[in-house]
Amino acid sequence: MFMIGPIGFLTPWILWGLVALPVLWLLLRAVPPAPVRRRFPGVALLLGLKDEDAETDRTPWWLLLLRILAVAAAIIGFAGPVLNPEQRQAGSGPLLVVLDGGWADARDWARRVERAARAVEEAGRDGRVVAVIRLTDRPQEIAFQAADAWTGRLSALEPAPWSPQGMEAWVEHFPAQGFDTLWLSDGIDWEGRDMLAALFTDKGLLTVVEGDAPVLALHPAQFRDGAVMVTASRLTAGEAVEVEVTGHGPDPAGIERELARAVISFAAGETKAGAAMDLPPELRNRVTRFGIAGLRSAGAVSLTDDSLKRRKVALISPGPAAEGLQLLSPLHYLRQALAPVADLIEAPVSTALPANPDAVVLADVARLTASEQAALVEWVEKGGLLLRFAGPRLAASDVSRFEEDPLMPVRLREGGRALGGALSWGDAKSLAPFPEGSPFFGLSIPDDVQIAEQVLAQPDPDLAARTIAALDDGTPLVTRKTLGEGQVVLVHVTANAEWSTLPLSGLFVQMLERLAISTRPALPEARDLEGQIWVPEVMLNAWGEERDAGEVPGVAGEVLARAMTDGPGPEQPPGLYAGQDRRVALNVVGPETVLTPAEWPPEAVVEGLAAQPERSLKGGLLTGALVALLVDILAALWLGGRLSGWRRGVAVLAVALFAAPDARAQEEPLPGDDFAIEATYGVVLAYVKTGDAQIDELSEYGLLGLGDRLWERTAIEPQRPIGIDLEKDELAFFPFLYWPVTADAPTPSDAAYARLNQFLRSGGLILFDTRDAGVASYGAQTPEGQALQRIAAGLDIPALEPVPEDHVLTRTFYLLQTFPGRYAEGTIWVEAAPADAALEEGMPFRNLNDGVTPVVIGGNDWAAAWATDDNGVPLLPVGRGAAGEQQREIAWRFGINLIMHVLTGNYKSDQVHVPALLERLGQ
Amino acid sequence: MIQDLQARAEALGQSLPPLLAEAEMLAATVMLGEHGRRRAGSGDEFWQYRAAHAGDPARSIDWRRSARSDGHFIREREWQAAQSVTLWVDPSKSMAFSGAKDRAPKAERARLLALALAVLLLRGGERVGLAGLALPRAGRSQILRLAARLSGEEGEGDYGVPETAGMVGHGRAVFFSDFLGPLDGIEAALARAADRGVKGALCQILDPAEEDFPFDGRVIFESMGGGLRHETQQAGELRARYLARLSERKDRLATLARATGWHFSTHHTGAPAQTALLWLYRALEGGR
Repeated sequence: MFMIGPIGFLTPWILWGLVALPVLWLLLRAVPPAPVRRRFPGVALLLGLKDEDAETDRTPWWLLLLRILAVAAAIIGFAGPVLNPEQRQAGSGPLLVVLDGGWADARDWARRVERAARAVEEAGRDGRVVAVIRLTDRPQEIAFQAADAWTGRLSALEPAPWSPQGMEAWVEHFPAQGFDTLWLSDGIDWEGRDMLAALFTDKGLLTVVEGDAPVLALHPAQFRDGAVMVTASRLTAGEAVEVEVTGHGPDPAGIERELARAVISFAAGETKAGAAMDLPPELRNRVTRFGIAGLRSAGAVSLTDDSLKRRKVALISPGPAAEGLQLLSPLHYLRQALAPVADLIEAPVSTALPANPDAVVLADVARLTASEQAALVEWVEKGGLLLRFAGPRLAASDVSRFEEDPLMPVRLREGGRALGGALSWGDAKSLAPFPEGSPFFGLSIPDDVQIAEQVLAQPDPDLAARTIAALDDGTPLVTRKTLGEGQVVLVHVTANAEWSTLPLSGLFVQMLERLAISTRPALPEARDLEGQIWVPEVMLNAWGEERDAGEVPGVAGEVLARAMTDGPGPEQPPGLYAGQDRRVALNVVGPETVLTPAEWPPEAVVEGLAAQPERSLKGGLLTGALVALLVDILAALWLGGRLSGWRRGVAVLAVALFAAPDARAQEEPLPGDDFAIEATYGVVLAYVKTGDAQIDELSEYGLLGLGDRLWERTAIEPQRPIGIDLEKDELAFFPFLYWPVTADAPTPSDAAYARLNQFLRSGGLILFDTRDAGVASYGAQTPEGQALQRIAAGLDIPALEPVPEDHVLTRTFYLLQTFPGRYAEGTIWVEAAPADAALEEGMPFRNLNDGVTPVVIGGNDWAAAWATDDNGVPLLPVGRGAAGEQQREIAWRFGINLIMHVLTGNYKSDQVHVPALLERLGQ
Repeated sequence: MIQDLQARAEALGQSLPPLLAEAEMLAATVMLGEHGRRRAGSGDEFWQYRAAHAGDPARSIDWRRSARSDGHFIREREWQAAQSVTLWVDPSKSMAFSGAKDRAPKAERARLLALALAVLLLRGGERVGLAGLALPRAGRSQILRLAARLSGEEGEGDYGVPETAGMVGHGRAVFFSDFLGPLDGIEAALARAADRGVKGALCQILDPAEEDFPFDGRVIFESMGGGLRHETQQAGELRARYLARLSERKDRLATLARATGWHFSTHHTGAPAQTALLWLYRALEGGR
């Protein structure tokens, strides 16, 4: 390609046309502009006048220049100039396109794929065979294929949420013959990368493309000194940068939202920085994931597991502890063991349970009241963990003596036994190794744990199954049974050092941990994980989005433990794994992960991803030529004196229009704005569109007629009514909704119900009109009535009653006792008065509920009675003669009362206070 | 068209008092007009009392005046006579020129001025005619006739030569033209008029374009009829010399007019017609 500076030409031979420009110059110079013919009476005076210089009227030099420039621009434009043309590697032989495909690629994956596609396309043009590999894939045979075969597949590639690993397995798959390599690297050094780079440079030309977007990684959050520490790393230590870390989790309503936010400031030159989030336990336990705001990458997301959760444990002691006997308190050692790792609640059962503890510890509590017992049983059955410790009280009581207590795992023998005391034969016993299947299995037992006294379990048939720890003579020490979804655990010794030395040992703490009463203070260790199958619950994709684990098989503990240190891989993808009693998060970035920038061998060509894009200048140049020619036309006209007056104005306008870029319209109004503006222009009565054009029209004219009466008689001045589509329109703008119910009315969708209920709760009123009062008497069920029942089932409607005589609807504006529409017989239902509403002495009406009834239900076909056309003439006849007109008037009055009721609430009910107020004023 | 022209001319004429044309010669016209000749003669208005001479008829003695003294007095009346005014409007094609779309051609302005003047004069009792087209007559009906003649045909030639055919001796004449054509015809016409004792005014009507010469570039100028043609490469360069020739032409016309006792003025179609009418009124009234 012919290049001048950064500009290349596709068809450079056209540039020879520039040679012709001087000739053009001479030609244009020689030809003067065409003369203008003018009729002019004064010509008689001109006769005989000679031009002073017959040669002066040449084309002026600037016009010549303009024309030459226009022609030159056209010539250059047709020569196909391209800014920053891509210099294609003139390669031959196979091309291997290598994508890292790890989590760090996710941030600019689209650009990487685009770059790879470009390389493949170029290779296709050069007739080279191509292979594209992702290093995060399992090693596989590399098949070089025609470029066409790859173009479709490229866009379907996705990054994996782990780093490339196991490069040794890849090596044998690379072909023996030479090939060129284009490596789209994420810029992070990982194990085996050097080896691959060396291999590629051996085989042929290695071109490395590195992205320029910053690589940020978020380490798992840790709980330290009462606060959650979030730590982040970056790949290159550049200038000081601040990133925001957010914690997400479900809110009390179960909706996923942002719960916490902290700013991590990287100092200049630092690659690692952290910030502390001081979160209340309620909030902290809700956080399911931390993420770097605005970054879509699995490395910027860290799932939280049980290690961050602090359990709430209720400690319940038998009674007020004696002062000064701290070390003898049954709760002392529990408190010491749990305080660092759990939130403690020390309160009576009735107070502690509503705080929703994860575990309740009863230390030597024998008797519970019936209600406490019932509450505890219910709580355990819902998944609670009840841990009981024995003690003198329990031993002395007959709890679970003859019948197994629901809150005891076993029946107890009377008294218990003492060992190794002064009056006993045997020595104090020590613990037997924990049996397999016990939650304590694998804990090492210190030698100095001695049990001196304990309560004994009755040898029931299922005692062996319930024993999870025993003394070396086989006596059960810890027993457990499941109750509902929860479990009850009894430790047959006291929680203090009175009966045994167990609470003094580290084993006590470990046992509490294993019982999931306290949480592990740090990340799980390998031996915690081994021996179990961990089932993924939540998986992360490379973009850091959670997806359902679905059918992903479980992972052996050993594999998971290895992944915890080495990072996730295809066998163990990142996510949240659930074991028997805890959940472990396997994050892309571990606590110890260090990001190291990759270094490339000197032979490799390293490029940035953001290459200067190729830009064709052809269009611009040709446009320029065209504009220059247009200007030339105007200039020639002006020179010839043919451009004057309005013609000049039009020409200038034309040029301005041509040159001015399209003026964009202002920001488009959001859809629905029109509706909102219309609906909030004033008080707007609304009706529900039924889909039956006739009924809808009647509803509209009904509300129009009612609105006219309101304008005439009251201070309410409603705008024209609006028809509502329940499925689409927002209801929040309206105080009142007229809903004619047809027999085939569709049941609203869930979203529509949500809006309707919100409307009702926020003080809106719906007038349901089944329009069937003419046929529905005698309690007959009409189709409309059934439709209403079906519709109203989803609505938040309180108990109803027929309008009582003293309902505020009877006196909000007019004094009414009947509420006729086109029919006068129907019963009207409104929200029932509270049960305690009573008629006071000397009062005309009861002190009824405060607030507007959310619904008025009836079948009197009010809209038909209200309806007037635009001229105010009633649309439909009501009744017969003057009595009918009277009925229509009453119908209007009812409508006015109703709207008054909606808009003013129950202030008329406040009349009930008038005598009291007068009395007070009188004093 | 006729009514239109007439109506506009009358409207223009209304704003001025009736023009009183002064008659110099008593003898030529005998017709009694409304205007006194400032000498005794036949008329309606009182002029002077003079002592009766021998030969005065006895019925001419004013007895009421004579009774106040010893002598006999005769009551003389002022001699009142009408003046004949002949108008000539150049009908040639050059008068059809207009330099701008929103300006009327010169011919229209000339006709308007002529008719307005005629209305004034007729209202003053004078007799007005059109040279070669209508004989001088008095009365309102003459206005209609004049208007019909004025808006009649257009001449053939590029430039017009003043018509002296219908001129009444010792009357008045007004020539409306652009006077851009050859001067010979004008000189001859003025000479003939002077021979017959006719005095009057030359009203040159020009378009502003003819005064400004707003042309540039390569232009071929043609006369309105196409008879004359001049090509130039640089119209702008000619402007100064054209303007010099135009002012020379005006000087010649003014000199000619002065020599024959006529008045000369240039009127532009860009300016309101009122000023021109006022000037004409003064010019005809003048001579004093």
